[in-house]
Amino acid sequence: MAGTTTGIPRNVTQGATKGGIGESTLRPDGTLKVTGEFAYSSDMWHEDMLWGQALRSTVAHAEIVSIDTSEALAMDGVYAVLTHEDLPAAKNYGMEFQDTPVLAYGKVRHHGEPVALVAADHPETARRAAAKIKIEYRELPLITDEASATAPDAILVHENRNDHHAGHVPHPNIVHRQPIIRGNAAEAARRADVIVKGEYTFGMQDQAFLGPESGLAVPAEDGGIDLYVATQWLHSDLKQIAPCLGLPEEKVRMTMAGVGGAFGGREDISMQILASVLALRTNKPVKMVYNRYESFFGHVHRHPAKLYYEHGATKDGKITHMKCKIVLDGGAYASSTASVVGNASSLSVGPYVINDVDIEAIGLYSNNPPCGAMRGFGAVQACFAYEAQMDKLAAELGMDPVEFRQLNAMEQGTIMPTGQRVDSPAPVAELLRRVKARPMPPEQQWLAAGEQADVRALPGGLSNTTHGEGVVRGVGYAVGIKNVGFSEGFDDYSTARIRMEVINGEAVATVHTAMAEVGQGGVTIHAQIARTELGVTQVTIHPANTQVGSAGSTSAGRQTYMTGGAIKNSCEIVREKVLEIGRRKFGSYHPAWANAELLLEGGKVVTDGGEVLTTLVEVLEDEVVEVEEEWRHRPTEAFDLVTGQGNGHVQYAFAAHRAVVEVDTELGLVKVVELACAQDVGKAVNPLSVVGQIQGGTTQGLGVAVMEEIIVDPKTAKVRNPSFTDYLLPTILDTPTIPVDYLELADPNAPYGVRGIGEAPTLSSTPAVLAAIRNATGLELTKTPVRPEHLTGTGA
Amino acid sequence: MRVNFTVNGRKQEADDVWEGESLLYVLRERMGLPGSKNACEQGECGSCTVRLDGVPVCSCLVAAGQVEGREVVTVEGLADYAAHRTDAHPGGGCASGACGTSIDAAKQWQARPQDGRTGEAGTLSPIQQAFIDAGAVQCGFCTPGLLVAADELLERNAEPSDADIREALSGNLCRCTGYEKILDAVRLAAVRQGEAV
Repeated sequence: MAGTTTGIPRNVTQGATKGGIGESTLRPDGTLKVTGEFAYSSDMWHEDMLWGQALRSTVAHAEIVSIDTSEALAMDGVYAVLTHEDLPAAKNYGMEFQDTPVLAYGKVRHHGEPVALVAADHPETARRAAAKIKIEYRELPLITDEASATAPDAILVHENRNDHHAGHVPHPNIVHRQPIIRGNAAEAARRADVIVKGEYTFGMQDQAFLGPESGLAVPAEDGGIDLYVATQWLHSDLKQIAPCLGLPEEKVRMTMAGVGGAFGGREDISMQILASVLALRTNKPVKMVYNRYESFFGHVHRHPAKLYYEHGATKDGKITHMKCKIVLDGGAYASSTASVVGNASSLSVGPYVINDVDIEAIGLYSNNPPCGAMRGFGAVQACFAYEAQMDKLAAELGMDPVEFRQLNAMEQGTIMPTGQRVDSPAPVAELLRRVKARPMPPEQQWLAAGEQADVRALPGGLSNTTHGEGVVRGVGYAVGIKNVGFSEGFDDYSTARIRMEVINGEAVATVHTAMAEVGQGGVTIHAQIARTELGVTQVTIHPANTQVGSAGSTSAGRQTYMTGGAIKNSCEIVREKVLEIGRRKFGSYHPAWANAELLLEGGKVVTDGGEVLTTLVEVLEDEVVEVEEEWRHRPTEAFDLVTGQGNGHVQYAFAAHRAVVEVDTELGLVKVVELACAQDVGKAVNPLSVVGQIQGGTTQGLGVAVMEEIIVDPKTAKVRNPSFTDYLLPTILDTPTIPVDYLELADPNAPYGVRGIGEAPTLSSTPAVLAAIRNATGLELTKTPVRPEHLTGTGA
Repeated sequence: MRVNFTVNGRKQEADDVWEGESLLYVLRERMGLPGSKNACEQGECGSCTVRLDGVPVCSCLVAAGQVEGREVVTVEGLADYAAHRTDAHPGGGCASGACGTSIDAAKQWQARPQDGRTGEAGTLSPIQQAFIDAGAVQCGFCTPGLLVAADELLERNAEPSDADIREALSGNLCRCTGYEKILDAVRLAAVRQGEAV
């Protein structure tokens, strides 16, 4: 699993302190997590606390005729029952559009929208009280797809839009539309020897993080509130929560509680405002914990999509043009749909050189469940479609699918359809080469020498449905491109407060950021960066809260780049201040203080020649150096609303997969045998964490390929499978071995050359599995997830 | 109602328990033992796995009243449980649940300071240390249930094959890791236990 390091010369101001960047140091929270002592948001407890419970709509689109809370209020143990009339201030919130009601008023727009709230002294009392609230609905027609949303006489999901996209969209039920026109696709199509068209359907995936939405709101004596919640972005929550509580932001004090996974599903507000409203109303601490059923309604999902693609190619295997239309269903509220549209559109071409494109992506308002951020953010749906198209083109031309991709692969210097030049390594062809060159897993692994078949190695497993009869193998490849960080001109920054002092005779650094540790390992690398930059061994990670500036979101693969960059930047300033103190104290004793490159290493001040000048303890004595600074990546631009031109993205990430599957063609059961990944990570700050992220992302892509989908009844717009019984997640039996091969081709624009890691593997995993199943069965398969009935011809 | 049972070797009483409460709720909300996790509360994810008289169960599906007079081991007691097993039943299990942690040992239990730099702590069971070392912990929400299940596997099968590990852990969902490092951790713990014997 060797990385290939190129590029970055050793920056002489970085020390080589043990436990610094590049090492697989262990998680600082590991011990707490394995002993059960780590406090997650659902573990919060407070003396005299109440339990909050929401009541959610049973219909998808309806006017609320009346709400009767009297029976619920009369129950023993019930302290408050609230509707929108009881809200203290703003009734709406939202990340990009303030279109989401805290509690529905006037009408409900999707199944499972919160309508009323209860606080009681036992969670079961709260549930029973909520069940006693009587709501009368008058049902309205449903918007469930593009046709019903964009009909001229369509009922509007939101009648009075005043968001920044309202003025340019072709229909009020379209959240945002982003075309990209470059070259002349119609003209280029005439040069094509083959033209391949496809229509693809991507199902609604759920983040299905294991830690349910939960937290504790504690009213404070100053009329403010202390909030302990799990979120991906404290300061974004704060901006949305404070106006709904009618409080200034400084009176809403947020502390990050332990986060049980996120994957995009904690970018939007869930229970934060609900619990706070109850706490302020009852003047008691209120704990809220969604059960799994409610969690399926409590956060946004990945946009389901319809994708219409056309590609052409010449006989010698060069792609001539691409036309596509991508329709993303954003559901009832905007969440981050507009940004997902921008992403899907700008990355719809994939990691290929195609100069003539005609692209359009739209995001719909509908009465389906709201959709927003999930790992891969619009690029996942596009990758599923364009990679299927690549296989089709290669087949039409009689070419090997990997060679065809390599022939058209983008590289450093390629111009994207948005006009943006790819200005750092883009090793697309190399990543494909690596997964292809890997030895194949042995055939018929279920046949142990001279023994009966081990059914555990077969599709169907211990169900004992085959001993190898009807089982065929398939191999598939895919590669994808993902942007890293926030795009389209967003002012994306992070803040780090670094403190350095002597404690118990040792120099110690404290790193204080508002970064959400959601499992990705940010806390691990924060300490590594501080050790590398400041030469200390002991690093304290201060709990994340709103007492320090924003770190931005833990999403878009941006945190190592952004908060890592902010920490590096603040550490550099701290180092300068420390050296300044050193020069003041010892400058007259040694000329090196004035004229040598000095670094902090192993608790000492050393010259770049390795001469030790003094120790950090002697420099600092009782002085404390503290710096809090914001740090930004280079600015980006919005995409033109007509042509889609603009340098919209900060950085790109690339991953490739090879999937090997075995399919029981009689029963339509799929076993993924191996899912190999190669990815360029720029710089592996913590190799162990890097590999873990890639394997996790790969598995989420596998899930959507063969089992994961939130099923919404098209007739009622109701969710049919809001449980872990019916929303299937890959288990350890469904997940194959995932060999990982990472490259370290530094991005010269990024701190240490890092590249966002978490999202890219989620892109190419799904189409690779689909390609392998197609290869095994010969079926076309244009939908995710592939279910047994699709393989046996017994279902739609 | 009142429920009397033993948790991690210590006799416990829970008062005012509503008949419909699960063992998981009693552990988390009444005993101050939130280590067992509440990811689905419908027996699908394994994050609430504890040992009831030695048998791994989803504590979300056990009614509180069912544990009257019985022995429960949670992730909080896993290190002590493993240490006791090594002392009293070398090479075997304590599956009867008849002994568990001694009262004296349980009384001395306390959260230990840890070394924040390496994640090393005082005493962890081999499987706990292996999870840290192998990188099997990311968000960590599935970790307690996995640890209880994996520890029970290694108790009855000192040299599990990959297929054995997958089978034993098939009731535990993880959303972060892709399971590969969890497999690594169980293999690592098995090897270390083999070396220690």
